[in-house]
Amino acid sequence: MSNTHQQQEIMRTVKRLCLIVLGMCGFVAALVPLYDLFCEVTGLNGKTGGPYTYDPATTRPDTSRLIKINFITNTNGGMSWDFWPEYGGVRVHPGKLEEVSFFVKNTTDKVMMGQAIPSLVPISATEYFHKTECFCFDQQVLQPGEEMEMPMRFIVGRELPKNVQSISLSYALFDVTESMQTGDLTGG
Amino acid sequence: MSEVIHTDHHAADYSVDQHAGGQHGPEKGLARWLFTTNHKDIGTMYLWFSFLMFLIGGVMALIVRSELFQPGLQFLKPEFFNQMTTNHGLIMVFGAIMPAFVGLANWLVPMQVGAPDMALPRMNNLSFWILPFAFGIMIWTLFSDGGGPNFGWTFYAPLSTTYAPDSVTYFIFAVHMMGASSIMGSINIIATILNMRAPGMTLMKMPMFIWTWLITAYLLLAVMPVLAGAVTMMLFDIHFDTSFFNAAGGGDPVMFQHIFWFFGHPEVYIMILPAFGIVSHIIPAFARKQLFGYDSMVYAVASIAFLSFIVWAHHMFTVGMPLAGQLFFMYSTMLIAVPTGVKVFNWISTMWKGSMTFETPMLFAIAFVVLFTMGGFSGLMLAITPADYQYHDTYFVVAHFHYVLVPGALFSIIAGVYFWFPKWTGKMYSESLGKIHFWLSFIGVNVTFFPQHFSGLAGMPRRVPDYALQFADFNMVSSIGAFIFGFSQLFFLFVILHGIKSGKPAVARPWEGARGLEWTLPSPAPYHSFTHPPVVTDAEVHG
Repeated sequence: MSNTHQQQEIMRTVKRLCLIVLGMCGFVAALVPLYDLFCEVTGLNGKTGGPYTYDPATTRPDTSRLIKINFITNTNGGMSWDFWPEYGGVRVHPGKLEEVSFFVKNTTDKVMMGQAIPSLVPISATEYFHKTECFCFDQQVLQPGEEMEMPMRFIVGRELPKNVQSISLSYALFDVTESMQTGDLTGG
Repeated sequence: MSEVIHTDHHAADYSVDQHAGGQHGPEKGLARWLFTTNHKDIGTMYLWFSFLMFLIGGVMALIVRSELFQPGLQFLKPEFFNQMTTNHGLIMVFGAIMPAFVGLANWLVPMQVGAPDMALPRMNNLSFWILPFAFGIMIWTLFSDGGGPNFGWTFYAPLSTTYAPDSVTYFIFAVHMMGASSIMGSINIIATILNMRAPGMTLMKMPMFIWTWLITAYLLLAVMPVLAGAVTMMLFDIHFDTSFFNAAGGGDPVMFQHIFWFFGHPEVYIMILPAFGIVSHIIPAFARKQLFGYDSMVYAVASIAFLSFIVWAHHMFTVGMPLAGQLFFMYSTMLIAVPTGVKVFNWISTMWKGSMTFETPMLFAIAFVVLFTMGGFSGLMLAITPADYQYHDTYFVVAHFHYVLVPGALFSIIAGVYFWFPKWTGKMYSESLGKIHFWLSFIGVNVTFFPQHFSGLAGMPRRVPDYALQFADFNMVSSIGAFIFGFSQLFFLFVILHGIKSGKPAVARPWEGARGLEWTLPSPAPYHSFTHPPVVTDAEVHG
């Protein structure tokens, strides 16, 4: 086996190994969209979807069952606003549009911006919980001491699995004042 | 026998070249170490570097154990305590265990496959010299305003992004450098093993250390880019207002854990597979028998490597996972016990009815088999999802991974150092000093980590500088053990230096039962070995 032949073999191996490394880099880059897609399809992390549109003419309420919807609010560490729901829970028929209100109050003496992030259990209900309007679709800017009522309209899909009798919807409120100061959302 | 003489003849040629001041000898002074492309020099530097990191990481562990000697805050502020636990973990994993294995690979891979050097000697130099700078940067951040990494060695977001100290950017840079070093080292090792084996050494005749490192190197290539991706996303979240891991911006902190452990679980096998290889050399040598079940050993390592990619979420059973996910990760984790059990039983069968002697390397290797198996069993307990809800983030986990990493990976490295020390230095270490080192280490490691099983089961959380009073006794015992273990590693340094300085000259094959091409070289191994490929005989290969 000649030396140059061996060098060629080595360089061929090295090139193949570099392809593995590049392939894995591509895999990592794809991981984030794949993860989001996986969560969306399976509803795994309980994230509810964006604004939902439906045709009231074709959607009939399913009066044969009542689903208990629990509302849970909490603020993330360091977020000093008060945040509470109008009701701790409501009972709804699948297929019927409902509206509930949530309230926030800026208890500080600074202008702040908040963003609520939803999470829902059981995850098997995630894809059947539709919101036509939600404060979580955008941020809220509150003056010092200001209080705000925020409506949330939702409809539970008629296709909701029969074994789901109650759904808990949790909102975590985050302080996103920093992204307001960097100027990208000052219009709000 | 004629082949042995044949290779000795070549080796003698090169030692003559060195004495004649020919171009084959090492350079003089600092330049030798800075610019060397010699696998033996680079292996030596890796080993000494990892030992230095081991001592630094060890001092951090002792600082942690001093604070935990009694309940209450004695010496440290909690912020500094967190930096010590974090850096202890990072330095031991990336600075001590991994470079030590790479150092052993540098020394042994060319000698065991009958190659003159690594396939890419200059890149070899680069992959070593990156490391001191990477760790220099990371350790230096401890002295910066706001302190160094304090978010645990797993650097979960948002602890490592939103709530991280300013120095986290340096940490990210250091991790990138370590990753680059590991990837280059792995490419080098694979290229050497696949292309430079002596004629006649087929894949299934390769020594076990070569097999385990070949598979480890593939694992490194596969997961180091994942780690690099994770820290890059952290960098973007911190500096460029992205929200990969920031829930407020639509990201997901749980995704960080998935990405991290997709890297992290193969990573823990990266730290144990070469250990399996080392032990598979030492036990046959001192049992004076062939390794039992060589083929099954190879397949077991390959199976463990494959399974390491599909078990990652067993580190995060408590984040909220559907039942199907918990069951999948529980069963796939337990499946790993099968190939691991194959290996353990093969080692025991190798010793069965062997003519065993108990020199220092063998003592460490037997302790490895016993104590690593214990760490494996506590790992099986942790794999049981409902039980893990109790064990999660307690000292039981700390006891588990220290049992597989200290008397596991570290003992195998120490065993390997004693085993190949005569080949590297041409001297014998003092057997009685080595045995003292073994017993001090063995007692120290068990006194340190065994009580942590109990404090963990009783509910003591990990990563806390202060704890409830009922854990006081276990922690005191643990701290005493830690100091015994720590100082016995200084004694290890003494044993090594004593051996280098005043050890008796070693013969080419100091262990009569040892087999492999490296033992056909004289001791110390000449600066350039196997410039002409040796003839591979059945007497020197496994299989």
